[in-house]
Amino acid sequence: MLNRRTFFAASALLLALPAFAQFRVEISGVGATQVPIAVAKFRDEDRSGQSVSGIIRADLERSGLFRNIDAPGSLDETSQPAMSEWRSRAVDALVAGSVTRLADGRFDVRFKLWDVVKGVELGGQSNAVNPADLRLAAHRIADFVYEKLTGEKGVFSTRIAYVVKNGNRYTLRVADADGESFQVALESAEPIISPAWAPDGRELAYVSFESQKAVVYTQEVATGKRRAIANFRGSNSAPAWSPDGRTIALTLSREGGSQLYLMGRSGDNVQRITNSGAIDTEPVFTADGRTLYFVSDRGGTPQIYRMSAAGGAPERVSFSGSYNISPAISADGRTLAYISRQGGAFRLYTLDLASGNAQALTDTSDDESPSFAPNGRLIIYATRAEGRNVLMTITLDGKIKARLMSTTAHEPVWGPYGR
Amino acid sequence: MKSVRVNTSVRWIQALCVVAAGAWLAGCSSVALDENKVPVETRTPSSVKPGGGAAAGAAPQSQVANVDLTKNAANAADKLPRVIYFDFDSYVVKDEFRPTIEGQAKALATDRKRHLAIEGHTDERGGREYNLALGQKRAEAVAKSLTLLGATDSQLEAVSFGKERPAVQGSDEEAWAKNRRAELVNR
Repeated sequence: MLNRRTFFAASALLLALPAFAQFRVEISGVGATQVPIAVAKFRDEDRSGQSVSGIIRADLERSGLFRNIDAPGSLDETSQPAMSEWRSRAVDALVAGSVTRLADGRFDVRFKLWDVVKGVELGGQSNAVNPADLRLAAHRIADFVYEKLTGEKGVFSTRIAYVVKNGNRYTLRVADADGESFQVALESAEPIISPAWAPDGRELAYVSFESQKAVVYTQEVATGKRRAIANFRGSNSAPAWSPDGRTIALTLSREGGSQLYLMGRSGDNVQRITNSGAIDTEPVFTADGRTLYFVSDRGGTPQIYRMSAAGGAPERVSFSGSYNISPAISADGRTLAYISRQGGAFRLYTLDLASGNAQALTDTSDDESPSFAPNGRLIIYATRAEGRNVLMTITLDGKIKARLMSTTAHEPVWGPYGR
Repeated sequence: MKSVRVNTSVRWIQALCVVAAGAWLAGCSSVALDENKVPVETRTPSSVKPGGGAAAGAAPQSQVANVDLTKNAANAADKLPRVIYFDFDSYVVKDEFRPTIEGQAKALATDRKRHLAIEGHTDERGGREYNLALGQKRAEAVAKSLTLLGATDSQLEAVSFGKERPAVQGSDEEAWAKNRRAELVNR
């Protein structure tokens, strides 16, 4: 609907967000279709300790589908904005709201969304939240706006997990999808790798070296309750949950060589599913649970293959390049994201599975660990910038990139809807 | 004069202390802990046994206990190098590490209660999980050559740290060469 009035971004345009944003959005290339939107500063948000409107603007901008336009003057959800005036500013949609402190200490966050082109209200909400949930409330407003204007679910209120190495301390952290307000789920003196969200978002699986070898654990995010689900002889690694949450695919070396296995979520019913004599690792399930994508060097170099989750003959999927690893599959099953080595550079690629077209999304050289947002519109990955490990989100066309946070982090993994 | 001399000797002692402490610290940082343990571990049993009750004073005062490190395969193995380096993209245990493998295998064959973890490592290039599998392959190659020379499967566990625990920091061939390795660790 609003997309009919499109905005063509100038090539290689760099936009710096206002100071409250903790990241920078880069827009490159021509033809990015974006809805021009104005998000007015929420009345009294300064007294809440959070820039609610700033969080919403940053979320929308990072999605690549919106372009923020200044919203001068004072507005809130009770205003009657003059649509002709906003149309003259080339704005397609307008958001205004307020943040009011309640007697019990909570904040009442209200907002309204207008379609400026049609001159109609598209809806609004009022939510009373704890001060600690103000950011979440802002992300939910961004989700509301995103869904109303694009027809698709937003991912701004989802969470991400990632690993931070600081000296000899490793932490597994859970943060908002914009990388902010993290909490530490696990802290260890030994490496932690390969975090994976359970499909309900309540648990994380990961590999910990705390016993001087790779062991797969699951951990309840809310309680911290954890258990080793795979601690066999040799290395236990690369856990991936099936979409129904009942099965975990992983890599074990208990029979020699790194091979793929399936097990129940509590470590029961272990079943070997590859038998290659080569390295088979990094399994991931498709959203329907029927297919596994994984990495194998059975053909001489590491490449991406797929096979039925019930077992059977694998089929090679990646063909260009001699080193293709770390597959991630979009929820609609159409796009494969992976890391490809080209020359000495490790770069984020996507493969359109129907056409077989592979496309480099970045021009950096140390990309790793791609993970799709649950709506399939963004990929989060780690790379190196200015000598540090940083997290980035990128649109599937590679045109909109946002660098999250200023800390050193790696192995990001995007959680499911809901929390 | 006198006071100066005292001062000098005090300084001498202080200087000696500093030198000694320095040497000790240097020793700590460069000598493997296992090597320091060797004399303690070996002397205790052999000096107590022949007396059959040293506390009762039954041992003759002129007794000298014999400690022969060359006859003790386990201790000899502890003195062997414990790191095997690999070429890029390779799992072949090179000839230059044959003495290490043979010595460790002999120690394992002599003492079946001995257990060894073989920890495979890679350089920093490439994915974490694929490197974990590559390190596993190196560790398993070392385990195989140990079993061919007399160690049993149950004495060994091949594990991998992938690229997660580099021996040396750095992003050049010199650092990478030192990180492509398997370490033998007593368990």
